Amino acid sequence: MTATLTSVSYLAAAILFILSLNALSHPATARRGNAYGMAGMTIAVLATVFGPRVTLAAMPWIVGALLVGAVIGLVAARRVQMTQMPELVALMHSLVGLAAMLVGFASYIDTGMPLTGAEKAIHEVEIYIGILIGAVTFSGSLVAFGKLSGRIGGKPLLLPGRHWINLAGLLVVIWQGYVFLNAPSVSAGMLPLAIMTGVALLFGIHMVMAIGGADMPVVVSMLNSYSGWAAAATGFMLGNDLLIVTGALVGSSGAILSYIMCRAMNRHFFHVIAGGFGSDDTQKVGAGAMGEGAPAGEVTAISAAETADLLRDARKVIIVPGYGMAVAQAQHTVYEITKLLRDKGVNVRFAIHPVAGRMPGHMNVLLAEAKVPYDIVFELDEINEDFANTDVAMVIGANDIVNPAALEDPNSPIAGMPVLEVWNAKTSIVMKRSMASGYAGVENPLFYKENNHMLFGDAKKMLDEVLGALKD
Amino acid sequence: MALTIGIPRETFAGEKRVATVPDVVQKLLKLGFAVSVESGAGADANFGDDSYRAAGAEIAADAASLWARSDIVFKVRAPSETEVGLMKPDTTLVSFIWPAQNSELMKLLAAKQATVLAMDSVPRLSRAQKMDALSSMANIAGYRAVVEAAHHFGRFFTGQITAAGKVPPAKVFVIGAGVAGLAALGAAVGLGAIVRANDTRPEVADQVKSMGAEFVGVDYVEEGEGVGGYARTMSAGFLKAQKEAFAKQAKDVDIIITTALIPGKPAPRLITTEMVQSMRPGSVIVDLAAEQGGNCELTEPGQVVVRHGVTIIGYTDLPSRLAKQSSTLYATNLLRLTEELCKTKDGRINVNMDDDVIRGATVIKQGEVTWPPPPPKLSAAPAKPKQAKPPVERKLVHTAGGPMSNTVLATLFGMGALLFWAVGAYAPPAFLSHFTVFVLACFIGYMVIWNVAATLHTPLMSVTNAISSIVAIGALVQLAPPDMAADSGRPGGLILGLAVVALVLTAINMFGGFAVTRRMLAMFRK
Repeated sequence: MTATLTSVSYLAAAILFILSLNALSHPATARRGNAYGMAGMTIAVLATVFGPRVTLAAMPWIVGALLVGAVIGLVAARRVQMTQMPELVALMHSLVGLAAMLVGFASYIDTGMPLTGAEKAIHEVEIYIGILIGAVTFSGSLVAFGKLSGRIGGKPLLLPGRHWINLAGLLVVIWQGYVFLNAPSVSAGMLPLAIMTGVALLFGIHMVMAIGGADMPVVVSMLNSYSGWAAAATGFMLGNDLLIVTGALVGSSGAILSYIMCRAMNRHFFHVIAGGFGSDDTQKVGAGAMGEGAPAGEVTAISAAETADLLRDARKVIIVPGYGMAVAQAQHTVYEITKLLRDKGVNVRFAIHPVAGRMPGHMNVLLAEAKVPYDIVFELDEINEDFANTDVAMVIGANDIVNPAALEDPNSPIAGMPVLEVWNAKTSIVMKRSMASGYAGVENPLFYKENNHMLFGDAKKMLDEVLGALKD
Repeated sequence: MALTIGIPRETFAGEKRVATVPDVVQKLLKLGFAVSVESGAGADANFGDDSYRAAGAEIAADAASLWARSDIVFKVRAPSETEVGLMKPDTTLVSFIWPAQNSELMKLLAAKQATVLAMDSVPRLSRAQKMDALSSMANIAGYRAVVEAAHHFGRFFTGQITAAGKVPPAKVFVIGAGVAGLAALGAAVGLGAIVRANDTRPEVADQVKSMGAEFVGVDYVEEGEGVGGYARTMSAGFLKAQKEAFAKQAKDVDIIITTALIPGKPAPRLITTEMVQSMRPGSVIVDLAAEQGGNCELTEPGQVVVRHGVTIIGYTDLPSRLAKQSSTLYATNLLRLTEELCKTKDGRINVNMDDDVIRGATVIKQGEVTWPPPPPKLSAAPAKPKQAKPPVERKLVHTAGGPMSNTVLATLFGMGALLFWAVGAYAPPAFLSHFTVFVLACFIGYMVIWNVAATLHTPLMSVTNAISSIVAIGALVQLAPPDMAADSGRPGGLILGLAVVALVLTAINMFGGFAVTRRMLAMFRK
């Protein structure tokens, strides 16, 4: 295959990737989008393998590596539970990060094509930045994976003076970069490169450790973005436009998702990165607010049977799922209840807050897994007005995303965050394991509202009981 | 040892209610108490002895044996002298007492060393709403008032157009929009009548409207909210204006339901004889204040009388006329109070005088009269709108809708220009072509991603993740490039190793990512 033919194939692959993302604009065309992606990837790999830059000697390695990778990847994809999606995605980001790092090192020690002057400098800067992004993505994603899968606690780890640590890390990276660029030989450049890699790995760990559980959607999408930039940097390094295009697509996708997530929490991106809720300054504000406006009143508990009665008598029901539903694996029971109620003529809909769960769209995937039709699943903006004429709003394992303090209490740490206004419904039921506050550590005045009832217990168990009571 | 709760049969003539029902018995047992019910106690409220027995209560043959075995007695009406005689010393009694009107009874109970909690004295705090038996009973009375009115009224409530002619809807005027008034107007609206309501507290107007009724105000400015959410006596000027307003309504409406009460005082006389005379024959007045003397001058407590062609209903036992319903609600109120008294759930009670609610309800503690309680600290005025809270400004980082301001835009363009100039001035041509591709691809990504449905954000992440395994190409070209045959010390083996590992990693990602996306997307269905 000639070089031009390879280039044309790359162009085709790039177009297919763009079409793939474009097809995700609607669930009906989304499957086609995945197919476009696979086609693009196949073309890109084949064009490279049979292109001028790969010789026959590499073939056994290629076949072997692809086979091993395919088996592991396919098995993992088949085994993974839908509730574990965030972990899987985080783990996969780390793979891209690590791969980008390795390719960067390989490219640096590859003296096959000697460069000089500005070209050499730019090439080395590309390598340096590529490895930097790859390393941060790798270690950050691994920690995110650990947090999401519960191997590492969800509480933010806040080292004293952590901003200074980060700043010192950045200075070391810049300084080592200078040393690296002026290194006379490859072996001399290896030390600064290794130091930088170490600092970048530590920075990735430190950054994600400092982030609280509720901010995970931002982190996961941010790491998604990084894995894209890592690919783009590799593209610059190797002078390959397809990598650049693809990396840029993925990078901007992740960046936009992070932005959407931040907006959904009314938090500045840098604040999320700088540390989770409950960091020193926000905590003071929170405590002050709690002293004055501590929610007063009585929490009304309700039983599963009473919940079933309320649901049965309702004409319009909105269900608000949260991370608690995912933890309890309750989505199937939720759908059973939905189906039963819809058969009885009750208008049941779902309201999804953008940051519900641990990654963007997490709840949608779980509901889809449980066969909830996507046309009764609505976003915050689409459904928030409708709570006022809803009979029952049922909150399953969510807390901060339904906290009225966000709108009512300007001193609340979550003030200004858009929330689902479930308290406007005639009755709201909150399903929760205990009265503990959410990840933001903010008291929720919703629980004390007169028209609110609390159904305490594991979401799955309670919903099973509700379902049983509904069937009677 | 667990205490025994005794439920005697009500001895007051015509009283059909009972202080607990079988469902509640079960819950009392769960709190650790034993429950004893006098035989026939629930008969008039359609709860047989068997149903109590099935719920786990003991049945006592007669009143004497019941009172003798009970440590705690739940009653509806205040006990008679005979009943107090049957009482053990140190008994705890929970029932309606009306201590202001029943000072003799209070003395008798105090002499018995009893502890008495009066359900009529439960303070009106939001926390105590679940124990507020006055409200439960008022709710029932309001509903029943409408049913009684409908029974004595010769026409439909709802307007109809039938083959036999047009039927105008009945017009109902409710005076006093407290719990009873609101229940009455809700019931009347439900039957299809045109409903109006008046209250001296103007802030309840919204509640009245929310029930589908019309609020008739009195054209006189005066604040009407008293202590503890009740109405209070009004000034003479107000009363005159009010009278005019009522007189006007009396000429127009078919049914008047009055619920005006002022705590500790006789009911205000709101409907005069002249007003009754001005009503159309066949009209009905239901006076819920009959027990306190009545809101209508012609009311005879406990009786239904016809005066000037208007039926005036003065029943004082409306809740008892819905015995099953009122017993159930009253029993639940008592249960809630018991839960407050027995937080340990071990069948013992603790009359904690530091608790506002229990302090308010307790009128005698171990023989010592503790009524009246100190004034409640907090008015529970449910209707009082909170200070209009200014809408919290949403401090969004960026608002998606609004365009950026010109200064921000100019700064961004300026920075962009500087960056481009720097790249153009120093970068070699090969880099520039890649840079062009990169920037344009970022823009395409930006445009495309905003169109992605929020529902598909997780598949988007997993597909972009799979696509980012394009890094594989970087590994592929490093494996064994053609023009490297015997170059100057290229560490081919090491590069090969790194590249193979990178290729395996990206392959996992590639296959796994696409497969899992495919699996996910297959689940999205309409």
